[in-house]
Amino acid sequence: MSYLELLKLASPEAIVVITVLGVLTIGLTTGREAAGATVSTAQPTRNASRRSSTRSAALCSFVAVLGLAVAIGAVLMLPRNATLFGGMLVITPLTSLFKIICIALAVFTVLLTTSEKSLRHPGEFLAIVLLATVGLMLLVGSEELLMIFIGLELLGLSLYVMAAFDKSDLRSAEAGLKYFLFGSTSSAFTLFGISLIYGMSGTTGLAAISAKLATTTVQPLLAVGVVMTLVGFAFKIAAAPFHLWAPDAYQGAPVPSAAFIASGSKVASFVVLGKIVLLGFAPVHGSAAWHGMVAGWSPVLAVLAAFSILLGNLVALAQSNVRRLLAYSAVAHGGYTLLGLVAGGRDGFSAALFYTTTYAITLVGAFGVVGFVRRETGGDDLSNFSGLCSRSPLMAGCMAIFMLSLAGIPPLAGFFGKFYLFSAALRAVPNYGLLWLVALALFGSFISLYYYLMVLKFIFVDKWAEAGADHRSLVTDHVLQKSAICLLAAAVLLLGVMPEILAAQILAAIQ
Amino acid sequence: MIAWTIYITFGGALLLLFLPRVFARWLALLTTIAGLALGLAAFIHTPVVDLAHFTTIVRVPWISVLGMEYHLALDGISLTMVMVTGISAVSTVLFSWDLEHRQNEFFFWLLLVVAGCYGVFLSVNLFLFFVFYELVIVPKYFLIAIFGSTNKEYGAMKLTLYSFFGGMFVFIGILVAYVTAGSLDLNQLAQFQFPPQLQWWAFPVMFLGFAVLAGIWPLHTWAPTGHVAAPTAGSMLLAGIVMKLGSYAALRVAMNLFPQGFQLWSKWIAVLAVIGIVYAAAVALRQSDLKFVIGYSSVSHMGFVLLGLATANVLGVSGAVLQMFSHGVIAALLFAVAGRMIYRRTHTRDLDALAGMNLSHALPFAAFTFVIASAASIGIPGFSGFAAEIIILIGAWKTYPVAVWITGAGMVLVAAFTLRALKQSFFGEAGSSVVRMQEGRVALDPDWNEQQSITAAEKIGACLLMFATLAVGVYPKLLLDRIMPAVEAMRFLKSGG
Amino acid sequence: MVGVITAIIFIPLLGALAVFVWPQRNCRVIALIFNAISAACAVGLWRKFDATATGLQFVERHAWMPAINAEYLVGVDGLSLLLVLLTSLIIPFAFLARPVPDGGRGFYATMLVMQFALYGTFTAQNFVLWFLFYEMSLIPAFLLIKIWGGENRDRAATKFFLYTFLGSVAMLLSFLGIYFVNGTFDFAALADLGKYGLLSGKVAWLAFAGIFIGLAVKVPLFPFHTWLPDAYQTAPTGVSMVLTGVLSKMGVYGFVRLLLPLFPNEIKIIGPWLLALAVCSIVFAPLAAWAQRDLKRMVAYLSINHLGYCMLALFALAASPAAAANIDTHAALSGVFMQIFNHGITAAALFYFVGLLEQRRGARGIGDFGGLMQQTPLLCGWMSVAMFSSLGLPGLNGVIGEFLIFKGAFAITAWFTAIAVLGLLVTAIVFVRVMQSLFSGPLAESCGAFPDLLQGEKFVVVPVILLMFAIGIAPQFMFNIFNTTVVHMARLFG
Repeated sequence: MSYLELLKLASPEAIVVITVLGVLTIGLTTGREAAGATVSTAQPTRNASRRSSTRSAALCSFVAVLGLAVAIGAVLMLPRNATLFGGMLVITPLTSLFKIICIALAVFTVLLTTSEKSLRHPGEFLAIVLLATVGLMLLVGSEELLMIFIGLELLGLSLYVMAAFDKSDLRSAEAGLKYFLFGSTSSAFTLFGISLIYGMSGTTGLAAISAKLATTTVQPLLAVGVVMTLVGFAFKIAAAPFHLWAPDAYQGAPVPSAAFIASGSKVASFVVLGKIVLLGFAPVHGSAAWHGMVAGWSPVLAVLAAFSILLGNLVALAQSNVRRLLAYSAVAHGGYTLLGLVAGGRDGFSAALFYTTTYAITLVGAFGVVGFVRRETGGDDLSNFSGLCSRSPLMAGCMAIFMLSLAGIPPLAGFFGKFYLFSAALRAVPNYGLLWLVALALFGSFISLYYYLMVLKFIFVDKWAEAGADHRSLVTDHVLQKSAICLLAAAVLLLGVMPEILAAQILAAIQ
Repeated sequence: MIAWTIYITFGGALLLLFLPRVFARWLALLTTIAGLALGLAAFIHTPVVDLAHFTTIVRVPWISVLGMEYHLALDGISLTMVMVTGISAVSTVLFSWDLEHRQNEFFFWLLLVVAGCYGVFLSVNLFLFFVFYELVIVPKYFLIAIFGSTNKEYGAMKLTLYSFFGGMFVFIGILVAYVTAGSLDLNQLAQFQFPPQLQWWAFPVMFLGFAVLAGIWPLHTWAPTGHVAAPTAGSMLLAGIVMKLGSYAALRVAMNLFPQGFQLWSKWIAVLAVIGIVYAAAVALRQSDLKFVIGYSSVSHMGFVLLGLATANVLGVSGAVLQMFSHGVIAALLFAVAGRMIYRRTHTRDLDALAGMNLSHALPFAAFTFVIASAASIGIPGFSGFAAEIIILIGAWKTYPVAVWITGAGMVLVAAFTLRALKQSFFGEAGSSVVRMQEGRVALDPDWNEQQSITAAEKIGACLLMFATLAVGVYPKLLLDRIMPAVEAMRFLKSGG
Repeated sequence: MVGVITAIIFIPLLGALAVFVWPQRNCRVIALIFNAISAACAVGLWRKFDATATGLQFVERHAWMPAINAEYLVGVDGLSLLLVLLTSLIIPFAFLARPVPDGGRGFYATMLVMQFALYGTFTAQNFVLWFLFYEMSLIPAFLLIKIWGGENRDRAATKFFLYTFLGSVAMLLSFLGIYFVNGTFDFAALADLGKYGLLSGKVAWLAFAGIFIGLAVKVPLFPFHTWLPDAYQTAPTGVSMVLTGVLSKMGVYGFVRLLLPLFPNEIKIIGPWLLALAVCSIVFAPLAAWAQRDLKRMVAYLSINHLGYCMLALFALAASPAAAANIDTHAALSGVFMQIFNHGITAAALFYFVGLLEQRRGARGIGDFGGLMQQTPLLCGWMSVAMFSSLGLPGLNGVIGEFLIFKGAFAITAWFTAIAVLGLLVTAIVFVRVMQSLFSGPLAESCGAFPDLLQGEKFVVVPVILLMFAIGIAPQFMFNIFNTTVVHMARLFG
C-alpha cells in the first residue's frame, strides 16, 4: 500500500480539502479589507464595500462549487471496490453514490449561501461547509468504528461553528451552543458505546465485529454498548427523545447551516447508522414484530421511531415558526426513515436511504425558500409567508412542491419514498409483524399533512398585510439561488415520477 | 387514445401557468372539451365486447424496483366514470366562466383535479391508481381555501384531512395487498387468493378508507361543510366526480380484491348506507343554507351507491355505477344553480331570505334548471336518478328486503327536502319581511342589472348536464350495456352465492 | 317507424318545446294546435281500433332497460283508448278555461308536459315505463299548483306532492319485490301470473299494501283523500279540471290494470274492508261537501264521492264470489268505465263553471252569489245541466255509469251498495242547495254587473254539454269502445 494509492483512493476528500484552503485564501485576501471597511467607513463607501464583499463572496462560492464538482468527478473515477486498513476507508458503489449525494447537497448549500447577506465572512463560512463535507465523505466511506467516530467529530465540529456563524444574531449563538452541548454529549455516548463494543469484540472493524458477535452469546455489557452507540446516533439524527437540540438549531442557525445540518448530516448519519446496525450488529438484530418482540437493536430503533413519529408530528402542529416546524417534522421524518432500518435487509436499507436522500433534497429546497422569505420579510414565522404566492409565484410553487413532498403527496418524491419504505417494512417481518409501526407512521403522516397544509395556506390563501412594493425591490437579483431552488423542486418532482433513477442505483449499490 | 384524456388535462394545467390571463378560461374549456370528446370517441368506438374486461391502453414498465407498471386500461365501469368526469369538467369550466381573480391558478387546480380523476378511473396498477387518487385531494384544498366562500378554510381543511384519513387506511390496505400478493397489478391481484383471515380485517380497512371519500355515514361530515365552503366549481367537481372516486375505488379495489371479506362485511355496509340515506335526508330537511341542503342530499344519494355495492349482485352493483354517473351529473347541476345562478346574483343562500325574493320571476332559466335538477334528484322517472335507483333497489330486494323499505322512507324524505329547497329558493311567497321590491322586481344587489340574466356559458353548461341526465334517464341501456358485462366479470359475484 | 301511440304521447312534449321557443303572446294558440293534432291522432286511433278484438292493439315494443326487463311497450285496449280520448278532450277544455293570471308560456308548457305524462300513463304496458309517466305527471302538477295556484298554494302543493310521492314510493318498492320474484314488469304477464298468486305469505301482503296505498292516494280513496280538497281548491281552474278530470283517473286505471289482476286472492280476503272504505268515500264526501262554503272545495269533495262509486264497483267485483253472474260483473265493470269517462267530463265542466263565476265575481264562496238566474240565465242553465249530470239525472251522461255500477254491485254485495245509495241522496241535496242559493232568490248586489256567457265561452260550453246529452241518450258508441275489454277483464277478475 503506497501513499500514492491511498491518495488515489482518497482523492475526492483530498480535492475538497484543497478547495477549503483555496476558498480560505480567497476569503482572506479579498473579503478582509471589505469587511474592515464596513466597520470603519461612512455611508458612501459602505455601498462600495458591500459590492466588493459581494464580489468576494461570489468568487469564493464559485471556487467552492468548482472544487466540489471536481470532487464529484474524482468520485466517479474511483474503482468500484476497494478496502483500506481493515475498513478504515472503503470504496463500494454505495459509498461512491452517497459521496456524490453529499457533495451535491453541499453544492446546493453553497448556492444558498451566495445570497445570504447576514454572513459577514463568506469565505470562512464556505470553508467550514466544505470541511463538513469532508466529514460527511469520511463518514460515508468508512466501515470502521474509529474512523466513523473521527468523521463524526469532524462533521460535528464544523456544524457547531456553522450553526453559530451569524455573530450578529443571539439566536444563532444559542443554536450553536445548544448544538455543541448536545452534540458533544452524544459523541461521548457514541465513544463510550464503541469502546464497550471494542472491549467485547476486540476489534473496531464492522465486519469483524459482526463475525465476533455471531459466535458469542449476548451479554448485558454488549447490550449497553449497542444501546450507547445507538443513542449517540439518535442524537445525530434527532430521533425523539434525543431531539431537543434540533428545534433551536434549525431555527437559530443561519439558513444555509440549518439546511446543511438537516440534509447532509442526516443522510450521512443514516448511511453510517445503517452500516453499523446492519453490518456490524447484524447478529443482534432482534425483532420488533408486534407479537414477537425479540431483544436486539431493532426493537430499540422501533421504539425510537415510534416516539419520533408521534412526538415530532404532534409538536409540529403547534409551531408558528416555519423553521421550528421543519425541525419537528424532521424528527418525524427521522422516525419514518428508521422504519427502513428496523425492517433491515437490502430492501429496508435501500428504502431508508432513498427516503433520507429525497428528504434531504426536499429540505435543502425548503430552507432555500425560507431563506428567501427571511431576506424578503425579515422573519420566518408563518405569518411572514402569507401572500408569498402573489409576491413570488415561483418560490410559492416550489415551496408547495417541497411541503407536499414532505407530506407524502403523489406524485412527489416523498410519496414514493413512503411507499417504498412502508412496503419494505411490511414485507420484512412475516405475518405483518411491523404493521403496528407502519400504521403509526401512516397516522403520523396524516397528522403532518395538517401543518404542511397550514404553511401552504399561509402562502396561497392568506393575503400579505403590508404593501409589497418595497419588498419587491429587495428581492431581485438572486437568480442563482432561485434557480437552485427550482432545480431542487424539479428533482423532487422527477424523483416522484421516476423514482427508478435513484432507487435502482441505491438498490444496486447495496450488496 | 383515451389515455390522452389524462395527458391533455395535465398538459392544459401546466400550460395555464405560463399563459396570460385572457386565455386561461378558453384554454381550460378547450382542454376539458377535448377530454370529453376523447371520452365520447372511446364510448362510440370501443366495441361493447371489449368493455367486459380491462382492455389495456398503455402498458410500459415504470418502477421496476417494485414491479410497478404504468398500465392504463378501460372497461365499462371506467368508461362510464370517464364520461361523467368529462361532462362535469366541461360544465364546471362553463360555470366558472366569469371568475374575477386568479383565473389561471383557479383553472390550474381545477384541471389537476380533473386529470387526477381521469387517471384514477383508467389506471390498473394499484400504485398508479393511488398516486392519482391522492393527487386529486390537494388541488381540492386550494380550490376551496382560496376561492371558496363560507368558512372556506375550515371546510377545506376538514375535507382534506378526512380524505387523507381515508387515504391512510387505503394505504395500509394497498401495502398489505402488495406485500401479500407481490404484485400491484389489479388484474393479477383480482386472481390472487388472499387468506380469509387477512381479508377479514383488510377489507373493512380498505373499504372504509375509500368510503370516506364517498361520504359514508358516519364519516360523511366533511361533505356538507366542504360543499358549502367550496366555490361553485369546487362543489360541482367534489360532488360530481371526487365523491365517485371513493365509491369507484371501493368497488374496483376493495371489493374485488377481498371478496370474502366483502361478504362478511357487506351486511354492515348496507346498514351504514341505509342510515346514511335516511339520516342525511332528515338532516337536509332542517338546513337553512341551500348548499347545505344539497350537500346532505349528496350524502344521501351516495348512500344509494353504497347500498348498491353492498348488495353484491349484478343488478345492485350496476345500479350503483349508474348512480355514480347520475349523481355526478345531478349534483353538479344542483350546485351550479345554488352556487352560481343564485348565490352569485343574490349573495345569499339562506332559504328564508331567498323565499322573500321569488326568484322564478327574476331568473326563469335558473328556476327551470332547478326544477329539472330537483326532479332528477327526487328520482322522478325519466331522469337518470330513477333508472339508477330502481336498479339498485331491485338488487337490494334480493339481498336486503328490509333495507329497501327503509330506503323507501328515505326517498320520501329526499323528495320532501328537495321540494322544500325548490319552493323556498325559487317559488317563495313574495311579501315576507326580507323582500325588497322595486318597481315590481326584486332589488337584490346594487349592480343587479348588469349581472341579472343568466349568461350564455351558464346556459350551455346547464343544458349539457340536463341533457346528460335526461339521456341516461330515458335510455339507460346506453350505459348499462357497458356497465353490466364489466360488473359481471367481477370476482366477488362469482364467489358469492 | 314511429307508431301512432308514440306519436300521440310525444306530440304534447313537442308542443311544450314549441311553446317555450315561441313568443310569449301566442302560446295558448300554439298549445291548442298541438292539442288538436294529438286529439286528431287519438280519434284516428279510435277509428282504427278493432272493438271486437281482445288484448292490446297498436302495440309497440322496443328494448329499453334489458337489465331489469323494462321495455318500451305501449299499446291500447278499450280502457286505455277510453282514457286517451278523455285526456284529449279535457286538456284543451282546460286550456280554454279561465286564463291563469300571469300564466304565460310556462303554464302552457307545463300543462303540455302533464298531458304527455298522462298519455304515457294510459298506454304504457310495462310497469317501469308506466311508472315513469305516472311519476312524471307529479312534477308538472306540483308546479302548476305551486306557481299558479291561489292562496295557500304552497301548503297544498307540498301536501299533494308528498302524499302522492309517498304512495308512489310504496308502490315502486312493492313492484320491485314482485319483479324480484317473478322477473317481469309486463302488465299482461303479471296479470296471468296473478291468478296463481304472485307472491306468498307476508311479502304478498306487504306488496299489496304498498300498491294499494300508492293508488288509493292517487284516486283518492277515504281516508287517503285529505290532500285533494286543498289541491283542487287552490289550483287554477284549468288545473283543477285536469286534476279531477284525468289525473284522478290514473288511480282508478291503476286499480283496474294493476291491483285487481295482480292480487285477486288478497282482495278477496279483505274485500269487505275495502268496500267499507269505498262506501265511506261515497257517503262522507258529500257530507263534507255539504258543509263547504267554497264552491271549488265543494266540487272537490263531490269528486271524491264520484270516484268512490268506481271503487265500490271494482272492489265488489274483485271480492265477488266466483258464482256471481256474468251479467252483473259486466254491468259493474262497464259502469266503472262509463263513470270514469263521465266523471271526467262532468267534473271538469263543473270546475269550468265555477271558474267562470269566480272570474266574474272575484270570489267563489256560496254566499257571494245570489239570484244569478235573473242576471245570467244562460250561464245558470248550462251550469245546471252539468250539475244534473253530476247527480245522475236520466237523459244525461252521469246516470249511465252510476246505474250500471249500482246494478252490478247490488247483485254482488247488497248491503254495501244499499248504504252507498245514501251518497246519491246527499249529493242531490248538496246540488239542490247550491242551485238554490246561487241561482234563485234576489239578485245579490255584487252580482249585478255580471255578463252572461260570452261568445267564446259558449263555444266551449255547448259542445261539452252536447256530449253529455249524447252519452246520456245514446251511450252505445261509448260501450262499443270497451265492451270486449270488459268481457276480457271480467274473466280475469273472476
